[in-house]
Amino acid sequence: MRRLRVGIDVGGTNTDAVALEGGQLVAWVKTPTTADVTTGIVTALDQLLENDAVTAAEIADVMVGTTHFTNAMAEVKGLLPTAVIRLCGPATRALPPMVDWPPQVYRAVNGRVFLCQGGHEYDGREIVPLDRQELKDVAAEMRTVGLRTIAISAVFSPVNGSHEQEAAAVIADEHPEAKLSISTEIGRIGLLERENATIVNACLAGVADQIVPTLEDTVRRHGIAARIHLCQNDGTLMDADYAYRYPVATFASGPTNSMRGAALLSGESDCVVVDIGGTTTDVGVLRKGFPREAAVAVAIAGVRTNFRMPDVLSLAIGGGSVVHLEPEVTVGPESVGYRLSTEARVFGGPTLTATDLAVACGQATVGDPGLVAGLDPEVVEQGLGWIRRRIAETIDRMKTEPDPIPVVVVGGGSLLLDGALAGASRVVRPEHFQVANAIGAALAQVGGQVDRVVSLETTLRDQAVEAAKHEAATRCIAAGADPASVRVVDVEEIPLAYLPSNAVRIVVRAIGDLRESR
Amino acid sequence: MRTITERDLEPLATGAAVLGSGGGGDPYLGKLLAMDALANDGPVTILDLDEVPDDAVCAMSAVMGAPTVLVEKIPGGGEQLHALGALEKHIGRPITHILCAEVGGLNSTLPIVAAARTGLPLVDCDAMGRAFPEIQMSTPTLYGVAATPMALADDKGNTVVIEAIDNRWTERMARSITIDMGAAAYIALFVQSGAQAKRAMIAGSLSLAQSVGAAMISARNEKTDPVAAALASLGGTRLFEGKVVDVTRRTEAGFARGRLRADGTGSDAGSVLEVEFQNENLIARRDGQPVATVPDVIVVLEAETAQPIPSEHLRYGYRIVVVAAPCDRRWRTPQGLELVGPRYFGYDLDYIPFESMASPGSGDGR
Repeated sequence: MRRLRVGIDVGGTNTDAVALEGGQLVAWVKTPTTADVTTGIVTALDQLLENDAVTAAEIADVMVGTTHFTNAMAEVKGLLPTAVIRLCGPATRALPPMVDWPPQVYRAVNGRVFLCQGGHEYDGREIVPLDRQELKDVAAEMRTVGLRTIAISAVFSPVNGSHEQEAAAVIADEHPEAKLSISTEIGRIGLLERENATIVNACLAGVADQIVPTLEDTVRRHGIAARIHLCQNDGTLMDADYAYRYPVATFASGPTNSMRGAALLSGESDCVVVDIGGTTTDVGVLRKGFPREAAVAVAIAGVRTNFRMPDVLSLAIGGGSVVHLEPEVTVGPESVGYRLSTEARVFGGPTLTATDLAVACGQATVGDPGLVAGLDPEVVEQGLGWIRRRIAETIDRMKTEPDPIPVVVVGGGSLLLDGALAGASRVVRPEHFQVANAIGAALAQVGGQVDRVVSLETTLRDQAVEAAKHEAATRCIAAGADPASVRVVDVEEIPLAYLPSNAVRIVVRAIGDLRESR
Repeated sequence: MRTITERDLEPLATGAAVLGSGGGGDPYLGKLLAMDALANDGPVTILDLDEVPDDAVCAMSAVMGAPTVLVEKIPGGGEQLHALGALEKHIGRPITHILCAEVGGLNSTLPIVAAARTGLPLVDCDAMGRAFPEIQMSTPTLYGVAATPMALADDKGNTVVIEAIDNRWTERMARSITIDMGAAAYIALFVQSGAQAKRAMIAGSLSLAQSVGAAMISARNEKTDPVAAALASLGGTRLFEGKVVDVTRRTEAGFARGRLRADGTGSDAGSVLEVEFQNENLIARRDGQPVATVPDVIVVLEAETAQPIPSEHLRYGYRIVVVAAPCDRRWRTPQGLELVGPRYFGYDLDYIPFESMASPGSGDGR
């Protein structure tokens, strides 16, 4: 029997689905994204199964890149009251957890805040020892008031995570129903931002409890007995169990899927990816086949966080962008979005869009080219030139060095770009560019990552790197990888500015193929 | 005399990031701390320097250490009070007025926290007029005002009081105690009378930072040029407009040094600007010729938003405008330049005010 992999990616405008067999595209569909997300996924699956090449029984795995969790945060819906335990001793009390959160999100999420003994200094010394009795009392109190989602953070836990781990064990013992999110497993150095990301992860537990079974149900009702995987923002997969524990890892999986798909389709592993949709263009960078991470704080629903997110710059340019003629020819930021097929000139509509320009000059062939035949060629050239310049500038901002770099262009709106780009060594628009995102989802592997700060005054460098490699591989297997296929693909050492202890941040990533069956 | 409210903090932090000259730490943290202090213990009264009584007992409240540490080990909240308390105990008199040590970066807002918590008035002045890395780089040093007795406090309640023979020794000893305290220590120092402060401190610094920030924010809101707005408030000059093409960093003699290279755009097309930095931006060279040097303020702004880019975040690809603004006139004296001139930072270069170096066609006055 064939083994098909189905990839589904929910975007802002469209929900795309593909079926692949042994890496080859068998079928693809594109349907509008719905407000509840799930209906769009159901429709995409319906349409995919209408294709004779796709049989439900042959589907072995379904990979879903969804915006359910992002939307839940943005709409402040279904978030659980969360208790926050910060292990800090006398330090950090001037700014308690959830300081500077938008009031609406704060009210929904704030369960209780506990500032407890513990935490470390920059060099791994204890600020004060952990107080196990205090943590037992806290756990008992949470049990009494019925708080079951808990975020645990500790000062300098990326340097020394032992207090977070010990505290988690004590609390799990006293309060077995509690779901714990631990800051070292979520974010980076920068206490408030890491703690925020951990709280966001914790408060999404209720959404996960609802969404993960819904997705499984949706797939089952289509007669698909396959396993379900959710796409993470680092380009790897997680199974349902993992998704219950790390829902925050789904944030921004869409841009990541596009970039991964672009890499797989083009064969480029170190390049810039330009994903042009209906309303926006996302520009990101692939290093060794995976998206470069954002180095600065990223706001989620107004909450500053610093967990691993793809470093993406978005431009308000897409296939549906409105073209302005005065005072000079410019494109966007407004877009007709999903109404392109009724609004654009080539479809008989009244609005001059970027797509019309691409059709007028022959780059794209959609709608009726006759309807834009009368456009002033100078306007067409200026408009497309404007788009090309804006995108080239953005690519340049994303590069880290001046040398020309390959550029891979994907997405439904990628026909807006034709020919050479300043700063690009070559411009590649791979086959199936329209559904690169869903292909990226379908072909995703399983990963394990370790990101920690090590003081080289107390630890030998080689030992630290070996330990991190081992842990990354272990995490990769725990996330569902076939142990025989796991390999470490990236070891990065970043010296930290200002820290006097010769501190270095070690990031290790291991990747493996999905285990075939469990 | 006026009152500082929460509304003043955003412009103050924005302006302080500019005066940080590339260093000074993240003003976001300082803004949060000051917001909390004003909400719980505010408002804070701020006096003009000439309103301070001659017999006032003034002291600075600040933090020293690694900005990277501060974003992880945030203050506990009592440290600044402990440092001030230890200093009062040592001198045997109550402190009556709070001073700002440096108006650049995080230390611009911490004195507001101290003033709110103690209920004491804050004075609209500072000792640097910008950000500098070391304690002795303070205008009171030029007037023979000792930084010591100086108190340091940590989060645990430890305090240390230093008595030193001069302000450079103060810096050296305070630096090593700070490491023991977890690489960040809260300090109270430069005790001086109101009469001394009027001579030795730089008047109006906090107001300047706030007006620079306010001008930038309103220019952004009104979609006018925020760089021009900042320059008008600073009395500065646009040195260069371009794109960052290279950033190199190296550790040299215990300093993390770096150099930025930018290719000119617009009217600067064809020229190259280099900026040398050691946390703060120190030297700007246009086509090899110095056009601004420390102690004048050199700031790298993001071209579109005028957001200052801290030196640790500089990287290839940024569209930038580099501006210079005059330092306090006292830094331009031989005594001032001995403390903070290019040679102190290891450059074989004499200071020349940027106003007299700016070459024609450098884009001033746009």
